[in-house]
Amino acid sequence: MLLVVEQILNGLQFGLLLFLLAAGLTLVFGIMDFVNLAHGSLYMMGAYFAATFVAWTGNFVLGAVLALGATLLLGIVLEFTALRHLYGRDHLDHVLATFGLILFFNEAVRLIWGPAGLALPLPSWLSVPVPILPGIHYPAYRLAIIVVALAVALLLYLGVMRTRIGMLIRAGASNREMIGALGINIKLLYTLVFGLGAALAGLAGLMQAPILTVQIGMGENILILAFVVIVIGGIGSIRGAFLAAIFVGLIDTLGRAFLPNLLRQILSSAAASTAAPALSSMLIYLLMAMVLVVRPEGLFPATRR
Amino acid sequence: MKAPLSVRTIVTALVVAGLVLLPVYSAATGNVFVLTLFTRIVILALAAASLNLMMGYGGMMSFGHAAYLGIGGYAVGMLAQEGIGSGFVQFPVALAASATYALVIGALSLRTRGVYFIMITLAFAQMAYYVASGLARYGGDDGLTVYKRSDFAGLINLSNRVQFYYLCLGCLFGVIFLIWRIVNSRFGLVVQGLRSNEQRMQAIGFPAKRYQLVCFVIAGTMCGLAGALLANNTDFVSPAVMYWTRSGDLMVMVILGGMGTLFGPVIGAVVYLLLEELLSQITEYWALIMGPLLLLIVLFGRGGIMGLLGRLNRG
Repeated sequence: MLLVVEQILNGLQFGLLLFLLAAGLTLVFGIMDFVNLAHGSLYMMGAYFAATFVAWTGNFVLGAVLALGATLLLGIVLEFTALRHLYGRDHLDHVLATFGLILFFNEAVRLIWGPAGLALPLPSWLSVPVPILPGIHYPAYRLAIIVVALAVALLLYLGVMRTRIGMLIRAGASNREMIGALGINIKLLYTLVFGLGAALAGLAGLMQAPILTVQIGMGENILILAFVVIVIGGIGSIRGAFLAAIFVGLIDTLGRAFLPNLLRQILSSAAASTAAPALSSMLIYLLMAMVLVVRPEGLFPATRR
Repeated sequence: MKAPLSVRTIVTALVVAGLVLLPVYSAATGNVFVLTLFTRIVILALAAASLNLMMGYGGMMSFGHAAYLGIGGYAVGMLAQEGIGSGFVQFPVALAASATYALVIGALSLRTRGVYFIMITLAFAQMAYYVASGLARYGGDDGLTVYKRSDFAGLINLSNRVQFYYLCLGCLFGVIFLIWRIVNSRFGLVVQGLRSNEQRMQAIGFPAKRYQLVCFVIAGTMCGLAGALLANNTDFVSPAVMYWTRSGDLMVMVILGGMGTLFGPVIGAVVYLLLEELLSQITEYWALIMGPLLLLIVLFGRGGIMGLLGRLNRG
């Protein structure tokens, strides 16, 4: 029972983290029609910035805020210098250019921080377990991730659906020429959206950093998962990304936790222990294949164009 | 349109001649390294050429092409591990396994289009990567050493560097010849028509998905051949062969050389891998230069090297 609750919470936490990444990816795709493979690099940079700034200031929260600002700035600079020239080009060009950026970022990180990973230690007030149900404790930091990510998801929803900027963003997604003709600075809007996506990726990276080590290539594995999330959810749809992210997070985490035991009841224990890790890593890809067979546009396709 | 001696033709002929004469140069100078390097280049050029059939002619932007390299390689490695060393078994199995994988993946992936297609092929290749990592019997994460190269019963000795090089080169030219025949056949024209306008082709009455799937399977099978050769070349196969950055590398080669041109991927592979080699000799941090270089190529060099050469000819 205890294990089940804990794993469900872990899955939720991982899913919400995936959502932060997928939201940026799907926003940038939905609005600028831009495929950004380097999104994972921004996630990695967020983690590295956080490790550096926290060590520098000695304060976890201050370091995290600084890291968030740094990733936002990095995203804006990136968009301004290079990526904005690629809007309207073939998707393949996007893939190629951002693939080049991944190479660049991985190498730059190796040059600046060295090939060994960094650790981001938690402050003592976040590393204690807190009681959530009678007799069940859960790490405070993971709980904090859940709270922060949910708050960000809510803010994002309100921001896109209820504010003037959000209205412009939605308008830009449905008809970019028209809102340009109405006197809106569409370039600035795009830069803003890209920066927002970068900041979300950075936030996911810096929150994940204390749980895993901060290392080169950390963004690439999770980027693929984020892709799976937005493909399942329907590209360009934030609501779809949210639901799919939680779904994928839960399935992945629960599969890894319980599949070995389940398999052991059917197969011999030797066969189960070989099959289980591979099968649990494959689980979400199988899920994605199934979703695409039934609904090729994802579960919640964005209704535009 | 067809100039008898365009810059493109001359460059292509030079590259082909260079590849054919390379072992002579290697023997004359005693430089073995260059032969090893170019064996790898030729094999990856073969993989890039197969991707080009899918991407350049078929318009299917597969981002999971490295999976076939792995499948072809694992077929050779696993059979060798189980004591079946004959190339007459290993290579057909490698091709059949790649074709089967391509058939399943293609049937699923072709239900989608555009970015979805890019991402789903990517995800399936990652899946193959994880499956290979889970194969504890065959080395898992650490990969599988192939202790003995494929045995072709004295017909050709794969452990001989020169013979192996010419085998790879022969496969490359064979595949390019095949692609040339395919592209100019009725089937190839239909596939290229689908690239330009799927709706219109369907309206004429062509079953679009079926044609695309066949093209997908042919390209995947060709890449499986490259995988079987690659495993023989490195005497080793590991999940890393299938990692998605490898698929990215293949895509870069195709686009760098020129998508939808017969010899573009070969030239792309030669330039990309030589550049990688050169930069890594200058600095340990070669990717720091390679990354922005790719960005610049995308921003300013449309149509790749072949496109550039074509423009040279006109102006």
